[in-house]
Amino acid sequence: MTELSKTGAAVGEPSPSNAPTAFLEVRDLKVHFPTDDGLVKSVDGLSFQLEKGKTLSIVGESGSGKSVTSLAIMGLHRLGARGKNVQMSGEIWLDGKELVGADPDEVRKLRGHEMAMIFQDPLSAMHPYYKIGNQIVEAYRVHHDVSKKVARKRAIEMLDRVGIPEPGKRVDSYPHEFSGGMRQRAMIAMALVNNPELLIADEPTTALDVTVQAQILDLIRDLQKEFGSAVVLITHDLGVVAEIADEVLVMYGGRCVERGPVDEIFEQPQHPYTWGLLGSMPRIDRETSDRLIPVKGQPPSLINVPSGCAFHPRCPYADIPKGDVTRTVRPELQQVAGGHFSACHLSQEDRTRIWTEEIAPKL
Amino acid sequence: MSDTEKLEQGSAKAADEREVLLKVEGLVKHFPIKKGILQRQVAAVKAVDGLDFEVRKGETLGVVGESGCGKSTMGRVITRLQEPTAGSIHFEGQDITRLSAAGMRPLRRDIQMIFQDPYGSLNPRHTIGSIVSAPFRLQGVEPEGGVKKEVQRLLELVGLSPEHFNRYPHEFSGGQRQRIGIARALALKPKLVVADEPVSALDVSIQAQVVNLMDDLQKELGLTYVIIAHDLSVVRHVSDRIAVMYLGKIVELADRSSLYEAPMHPYTKALMSAVPVPDPKRRGAKSERILLKGDVPSPIAPPSGCRFHTRCWKATEICKTTEPPLLELKPGQQVACHHPENAEDQAPQDTVLLSAAREAVELVTPAAEATPGARGTARPAPTDPQPKTEPEDDPQESTDK
Repeated sequence: MTELSKTGAAVGEPSPSNAPTAFLEVRDLKVHFPTDDGLVKSVDGLSFQLEKGKTLSIVGESGSGKSVTSLAIMGLHRLGARGKNVQMSGEIWLDGKELVGADPDEVRKLRGHEMAMIFQDPLSAMHPYYKIGNQIVEAYRVHHDVSKKVARKRAIEMLDRVGIPEPGKRVDSYPHEFSGGMRQRAMIAMALVNNPELLIADEPTTALDVTVQAQILDLIRDLQKEFGSAVVLITHDLGVVAEIADEVLVMYGGRCVERGPVDEIFEQPQHPYTWGLLGSMPRIDRETSDRLIPVKGQPPSLINVPSGCAFHPRCPYADIPKGDVTRTVRPELQQVAGGHFSACHLSQEDRTRIWTEEIAPKL
Repeated sequence: MSDTEKLEQGSAKAADEREVLLKVEGLVKHFPIKKGILQRQVAAVKAVDGLDFEVRKGETLGVVGESGCGKSTMGRVITRLQEPTAGSIHFEGQDITRLSAAGMRPLRRDIQMIFQDPYGSLNPRHTIGSIVSAPFRLQGVEPEGGVKKEVQRLLELVGLSPEHFNRYPHEFSGGQRQRIGIARALALKPKLVVADEPVSALDVSIQAQVVNLMDDLQKELGLTYVIIAHDLSVVRHVSDRIAVMYLGKIVELADRSSLYEAPMHPYTKALMSAVPVPDPKRRGAKSERILLKGDVPSPIAPPSGCRFHTRCWKATEICKTTEPPLLELKPGQQVACHHPENAEDQAPQDTVLLSAAREAVELVTPAAEATPGARGTARPAPTDPQPKTEPEDDPQESTDK
């Protein structure tokens, strides 16, 4: 728990019992799953803040803890039988209310009302037996004491708002009658029907074609402007991040390795893993270089997270810091500039030099 | 096609043209929809509806398009995993369109496929050794030094350890499995490798490893690739030439640089403008973004004329009635469009826009981009990107309603 105070200090909030000023604040969140093979440390000490009207992108490879984080914010880990198999600690503050230790009934009142989620696969997130309209009506009536008629009107209004043609007719369609893009729009309508102040989108466009992806990203952006909500967007596509995010949080092995404003993350990234992600991407906007620069090796096991810096077995610069520090000491997030933090043992001079001399010219 | 004919063609063309390995003409694949007791065919899904293209030795042809455009079906038909409905496929001058399974077998050595899903394409009950050595068994090939040694060499070639020989697929990660699939495809030194979404199931960092691997193997072994993918950035990175498909047709086929620098088909242009660019500075700098509205029409009843006319902002009457042929408008760039971008208009007399064309797209112009902090794109009224084709008097356009 020593880390908690450290990360807490980085956040600038020494006493964890104090309610934060930020709209959403996550402090030293840990989500561990005990399994027969060992303890899976999906999220292992994550802290961030998000203000209303801003978009935070969480990026990382599969298994880095992105989705587990979003489910934790929504309070979905403790439901049903799964609740017995999860160990959660830390704090999640939403609009002055703490969620991790809160009564599940209290969290349920917030879920869908103050915070809502868009999932990657709308076909499995929607009930195949119920009409789209009825599913939206249900979501609305849970939180609003209105007649079915009023709720149905509201559902049609939302479907229209997200760009579904002939909403009056399509409200009575079943999910399978919609195309992938339309289903995703319908799910956004369902998520936004109660005007949530926090919207979590978990890979909302990964299953979609680029043309539809552009439509959906545009829609999320428009709606955010209209409703002024805070958006957490989880994705592995740095192109999407560059399009939509205000702030970026890079996750690796259940922890944040870099966090900062979007421009800084793309122009002055301060962590070798972020460099790796940027170097791995083929880009449509640049003259093709001969080769991509992949990150060598495989993502880490979350049961046996490598000692020291979790990225050290894959890091080409792990030998630069003196001694065994990269293998033995876990680096903490340190401020680089303004709101830009990085967890790396390399000195800032080394990182700046490597980025400007070795990485940036090859991208 | 006879060999002499091919030679003549070869000498007639420029010297830099490489030998044609695969030639596809008028390829059609329809999947019948049957109904009733008699299972009468009532309609057909026109997955692939008339493709003409060539693949030259040593090159990489990229095939892009949205889901449902028929690109995967095309891959399965040219490898003869599915029977074509019509058209012809020539491999090294030999007509393989109607070869029987037995007739195809000797050719299977030369045409291999890499599949998208590294989980579904490896038998979970076979060891890696038995999976990668299957091609040798099936083809009755005895490599120098024995099968086991050759398989271990292949595993090393794709960056796996020879000790993996006796392991099972579940012991490997997605990226490693994809490498196993590649090792199997390369076992018999094929001439043509058709890869259907080879990297889309992988994480970015692993994706880059596999892309580099395929690149190295092509240089080392002189492979010819047909790479089918929906990711335009990946396709741009790996391909020499690129075919853009829309609803079972090739709408544009061009060299990589021509296609990405000056796309001619409006669909290509829209597709490329939709790709998110990993550079936050470009948000405002982008000249324009074309947002196509709606979804791809059903391939069961594709639109008349040009299939893209229902979503195209340049569509005129001729687009609705006449199907544009795939023409070479610039050396190395074929396009099927009446009103191409970056090239001379093919139907200049037809200037009246369809009423639907006015609402086909939304243009997001840099002026409309707000400050980065409170971004959120204002939506300008749909404007035509090339106002010169817009009719002067509005009443005219209501004629086609």
